[in-house]
Amino acid sequence: MENAENGDQKAKEYLFDKPKNVKLLLSCFYASLLILLIIEFFVHKHPHFAWEGWLEFYAVYGFVACVVLVVAAKYILRPLVKRREDYYD
Amino acid sequence: MIDPVPPALIFIIGALIVPFFKGKLKSAYLLFLPVLGFVNLISIPEGNNWIVGFLDYNLVLGRVDRLSLIFGYIFHLISFIAILYSLHVKDDLQHVAGLVYAGSALGVVFAGDFFSFFVFWEMLTVASIFLIWTRRTKASLDAGYRYLLVHATGGLCLLAGIVIHVNQTGSIEFGYMGLNGLASYLIFFGFGLNCAWPVLHSWLTDAYPEATITGTIFLSAFTTKCAVYALARAFPGTEALIWIGAIMTGFPIFYAVIENDLRRVLAYSLINQVGFMVCGIGIGTHLAINGAVAHAFNDILFKALLFMSMGAVMYRTGKINGTDLGGLYRTMPLTCIFCMVGAASISAFPLFSGFVSKSMVMDAAAGGHMRGIWFLLLFASAGVFHHAGIKIPFFAFFSHDSGMRPKEAPLHMLIAMGIAAFLCIFIGSFPGPLYSLLPYPDVNYVPYTAPHVLGQTQLLFFSALAFTLLLLSGIYPGEMRCVNLDADWFYRKGARLFYRVADRSLNWVNSVCDRVFVKGLAGSIGRLSRDLTARIALLILVSFWILRGVSGKRLEMKKTNFYNDILEGTLPVGIGAGLAAVFIVLIFVLT
Repeated sequence: MENAENGDQKAKEYLFDKPKNVKLLLSCFYASLLILLIIEFFVHKHPHFAWEGWLEFYAVYGFVACVVLVVAAKYILRPLVKRREDYYD
Repeated sequence: MIDPVPPALIFIIGALIVPFFKGKLKSAYLLFLPVLGFVNLISIPEGNNWIVGFLDYNLVLGRVDRLSLIFGYIFHLISFIAILYSLHVKDDLQHVAGLVYAGSALGVVFAGDFFSFFVFWEMLTVASIFLIWTRRTKASLDAGYRYLLVHATGGLCLLAGIVIHVNQTGSIEFGYMGLNGLASYLIFFGFGLNCAWPVLHSWLTDAYPEATITGTIFLSAFTTKCAVYALARAFPGTEALIWIGAIMTGFPIFYAVIENDLRRVLAYSLINQVGFMVCGIGIGTHLAINGAVAHAFNDILFKALLFMSMGAVMYRTGKINGTDLGGLYRTMPLTCIFCMVGAASISAFPLFSGFVSKSMVMDAAAGGHMRGIWFLLLFASAGVFHHAGIKIPFFAFFSHDSGMRPKEAPLHMLIAMGIAAFLCIFIGSFPGPLYSLLPYPDVNYVPYTAPHVLGQTQLLFFSALAFTLLLLSGIYPGEMRCVNLDADWFYRKGARLFYRVADRSLNWVNSVCDRVFVKGLAGSIGRLSRDLTARIALLILVSFWILRGVSGKRLEMKKTNFYNDILEGTLPVGIGAGLAAVFIVLIFVLT
């Protein structure tokens, strides 16, 4: 936390400057994930495809897709295409 | 009641008067134009209007049906928002370019014949380029030239296709074509280039982030959506579009993850969203076309909203790279909230606009039992949330504290963003009005079913979980200052290679020609014509002098003196007259 030593200009504290608030937000987020997983048992599905009826299909797919996306972008695409900022100059 | 006029005219002619207004009056006038245009638009009857004879053909300047009308509505709406957003701009050229650009887009959408369609299509390019150049940096100038060249290529392809088509069919009517024969392929390609198809896309990610802050709002709305309209008009149900669209949704998200310039991230996600539309047009069922058009409508709003929020950040901080930004939520809370509304809309959260349109395309794919396509689209849905939904707001407004404490965006920008944000939420929550405007009113689509809402929410929340975990574990690729190669490499580096090859091969021929013809041959002819008479005379005189016994140094001296005398014309008159007399005698004797 930046603490202005000369006293008259005290650094203003904002919402996420407090680690407590960040933690609160994260725990709300994790709780909502859990709720989403549980709700699925109470929803009657009418899937187009068979796999849409599988348990927690969308949750797993969303998670896996994003991990694949980031890992592929970072470890495959970036080494292939990354150049210095002045490459075209 | 005044008779309505073609929608394009109000904007294009109205644009030309802009420089005559000053101050507040100019702002009022600028805002008045799209309102006037809209009033004009709703008073146009359906069907073909303003049929103008031209040579042997009929131009149709106002083909008004459900497909063109909905694009007309959204183009007016976004023009109003974009103009409101750019009221602070003092540069008249930008206002004029923006209005002409919007007018051309309306011209494209309402053109019922290929001729006026093509003219407006090219005006789109010409007007939009000024929105890039008026940023007046070297990067924007260069990107603008590349943009111009690429679009000129596409435009020529389109023109070639149109010429062949008109030649074959004898009609310039612009309607359904389908892929059959060379003409249709050329036209298809011309549309595809403006639509930013894979490999043809890099003009977009190259030029849009280099445009002015306000210009990008216009750019994000018109060129690609006009192409979507053209495809929906001429090539619905073309199977190639399904795969083209699906690939468009997929590949840009990888680039978006590693891109540093946040407006370029948005440019990639623009391609991703247009992919959904192209895919829908390819599927071609009523549901799919409705989905594609509805998504175009929504995308114009939420993409403009995202570009506006990033523009506001750029306006206040002068920076746009993820590496330079962060923590701005502290002093730009409203911009931050508007950005998150745009992010939620593009990610298709329930109750936000993307949800009610993207799912139509998804369901159309599922209805056609296209498994691969469906999986790709679902992957892209998760991915777009990842890069546009989380990355944009997170790196700009949260993340590490950049230490910057800029002021909140100016009021007119906040109002513009507010209107767009309101519409995103309104359409997402009450899709009925939008659905009633779609091209096929017979489709009855219900987006809000329990399993659909749950599935989509799960998909997004667990994508967010992946982001959170990857970020906390440090695997998430940090922002880096770098250039990422894309398809534009082929012409940016390729052009240099071409230049070098041309330089080596053609300039070699050039220099040889220069040496042989210019310096060699021409020189000797010049010299000859200068002193030919002197040499001939010298030849005769020298033999004469030798006969008289002149030799050695004296002969040399006589030769030089005589030669110089002839060249300078300082020969004694007697010798000149003597030579002439000899000449006349010779002629007399010989004839």
